[in-house]
Amino acid sequence: MAQMNLLQAINNALDIAMAEDDSTLCFGEDVGHFGGVFRATSGLQEKYGKARCFNTPLAEQGIVGFANGLAAQGSRPVAEIQFADYIFPAFDQIVNESAKFRYRSGNEFNVGRLTIRTPYGGGIAGGLYHSQSPEAYFAHTPGLKIVVPRNPYQAKGLLLASIRDDNPVIFFEPKRLYRASVGEVPEDDYQLPIGKAEVISQGSDITLLGWGAQMEVIEKAAELAANEGISCELIDLRSILPWDVETVAQSVMKTGRLLISHEASITGGFAGEVAATIQDECFLHLESPIARVCGVDTPYPLSLEKEHMADHLKIFEAIKRSVHY
Amino acid sequence: MNARTHMPKKYPSGAEVHSPAFIDGHSVAIPILKILKEDGTLYPSADLPELDQAKAEKVYRAFAFHRVLDERMIAAQRQGRISFYMTALGEEATTVGGAAALEPQDMIMAQYREQGCLIYRGFSLEDFMNQMFSNEKDLGKGRQMPIHYGSNELNYMTISSPLGTQIPQAAGYAYGQKLQGKDAVTLCMFGEGAASEGDFHAGLNMAAVHQAPVIFFCRNNGYAISTPSDEQYVGNGIASRGVGYGMKTIRIDGNDVLAVMKAMQLARSYALEHQAPVLIEAMSYRLGAHSTSDDPSGYRSKEEEAKWQAHDPIARFKTWLINQKWWDDARDKTLYESLREEILAAVKVAEKVAKPPVEDLVTDVYDQVPKHLEKQLTDLKEHINKYPEAYPFTAGRF
Repeated sequence: MAQMNLLQAINNALDIAMAEDDSTLCFGEDVGHFGGVFRATSGLQEKYGKARCFNTPLAEQGIVGFANGLAAQGSRPVAEIQFADYIFPAFDQIVNESAKFRYRSGNEFNVGRLTIRTPYGGGIAGGLYHSQSPEAYFAHTPGLKIVVPRNPYQAKGLLLASIRDDNPVIFFEPKRLYRASVGEVPEDDYQLPIGKAEVISQGSDITLLGWGAQMEVIEKAAELAANEGISCELIDLRSILPWDVETVAQSVMKTGRLLISHEASITGGFAGEVAATIQDECFLHLESPIARVCGVDTPYPLSLEKEHMADHLKIFEAIKRSVHY
Repeated sequence: MNARTHMPKKYPSGAEVHSPAFIDGHSVAIPILKILKEDGTLYPSADLPELDQAKAEKVYRAFAFHRVLDERMIAAQRQGRISFYMTALGEEATTVGGAAALEPQDMIMAQYREQGCLIYRGFSLEDFMNQMFSNEKDLGKGRQMPIHYGSNELNYMTISSPLGTQIPQAAGYAYGQKLQGKDAVTLCMFGEGAASEGDFHAGLNMAAVHQAPVIFFCRNNGYAISTPSDEQYVGNGIASRGVGYGMKTIRIDGNDVLAVMKAMQLARSYALEHQAPVLIEAMSYRLGAHSTSDDPSGYRSKEEEAKWQAHDPIARFKTWLINQKWWDDARDKTLYESLREEILAAVKVAEKVAKPPVEDLVTDVYDQVPKHLEKQLTDLKEHINKYPEAYPFTAGRF
């Protein structure tokens, strides 16, 4: 075991993936010698050469289109989009191409070896265009897998699983935690399952569900609730698509209550999907309406970031409302 | 440190001048390669492609198959037997000639009007029909509109409807071939309309910067649906963009199959030898409608079409073949007659084949069917069993 921050864990996963398979490539804007704006790919070009770890022109649709072609050819591309906010120029290549390649061809061709990594989320004073959490847009597209890790240990295990998964995966990295989150990470190879949620701590009064950087905020709210004698069960969804209905439903049947929290705006956010499904699965077990604590329905602001975010205090209040409904 | 020391080697430079002189696309001189004249004779001293009698006959048979297929399928669409069709009338030389200059291991990534490549590669009549009738024998499992062919065996990437998306993909595909040391290139076909898409610019730039062995082949056929090319772009066609992206570029007469083959043969050896991209702009004309949903009489004149009828690439090549004593009118008549019969018979067979089973609705979304889709399929089957008459294609088959 070693102490690693989230970036080091990601770098370590990429290193393992490139070492084991010559056809694994890392590329994106500034990804080569410089190591990416956050240095997630540091040292990889020196180790594996300019042909396998390289800068691309500034063209997101080109990056993902190129990656789709590589994956269809049999290579294993790990494409980086510098900020999740800039994934939209590549939206067509992702939702019309990556997601549908296998289906439209009757499995004559597929891009299952593709992984797209991208830093997402707020709390870094990034303003409108360096703070978005766009997972819900992609969750509406069958054919993709969407994974969001919450800490360095999860990041390494889930990224290795994503790279090796035989389906296109979008891997959203919580950039607020890149350097802030440090933890024990095995230096050896390991994988964590995609599509499986993790129950982080057991509780009896309410289930709190989230993913990525939001888990830290939820944990803080759970501590405040514990001080008031409320016992929270914490679940990290880890994969948005496909998502682990069973684990969440089991928990809600036990606690009778569910609160979902994410950074993205509330309307059309993935919390709505979870709420609808759990309402269907657990209707007779629910003691109160399913609660959502999410971002305000505005673009992500610079100066009123704290107000916009679904912070621990907003979650704490919602927990109390739910428990005392 | 002096900033100049960081200047890349290829940073643009040129002779200094001291009074301004603008240049524009039209001042880039781009010649057009022509080998075969309209009357079926060769231009004197023309540089012929490698072509023996067997290959020439294969090209011509593909042409004939293409003509009859297009003619029959338009009729089938008009009769309501298939939902949609796109002919390549007038442009057959670009696709058949393009494929004829490749090796079987070369990948073809096309737009949608390039069935000529597949015909040349030997996609069977049954395969064409099964795709168009979206029956259970369709390689694509009946999921896409007619003409969205694809074949792993023939290295022909399945067509995608969104325009131009194959262009950056072809760059990536070719880059993968290069890294793995394959003796292969990728041919990427698109129309001049697709060259307006962002994907074109991103794709050409990616290929040029990363030196991918891809041949970008623009079929400049004059129209993008109803938009004529002078409303599609200004400047010296699409070829001038290839020059702008720093790649080897050539413009050819797209109705001259010998020019297409010559340029393609050279492009392939260049791409392979130098592991670098090439752009070909083939000047042609879409004699037919954009698709069966289009009516060109609304945007162009009969006179214009008639003028281009005279440039028919197939008639031109046929005259040359006859001049060569490689073909004759009697064989021609027999060929067309037998093709008409075969295709008509194949239509009748394909339309009777069952639609894909209901399980095909949920397969291939992922490598394995995930739990939520299994559940949705189970629910759906239960529903179909309750109302079998409402779902005649699938009821009673599971």
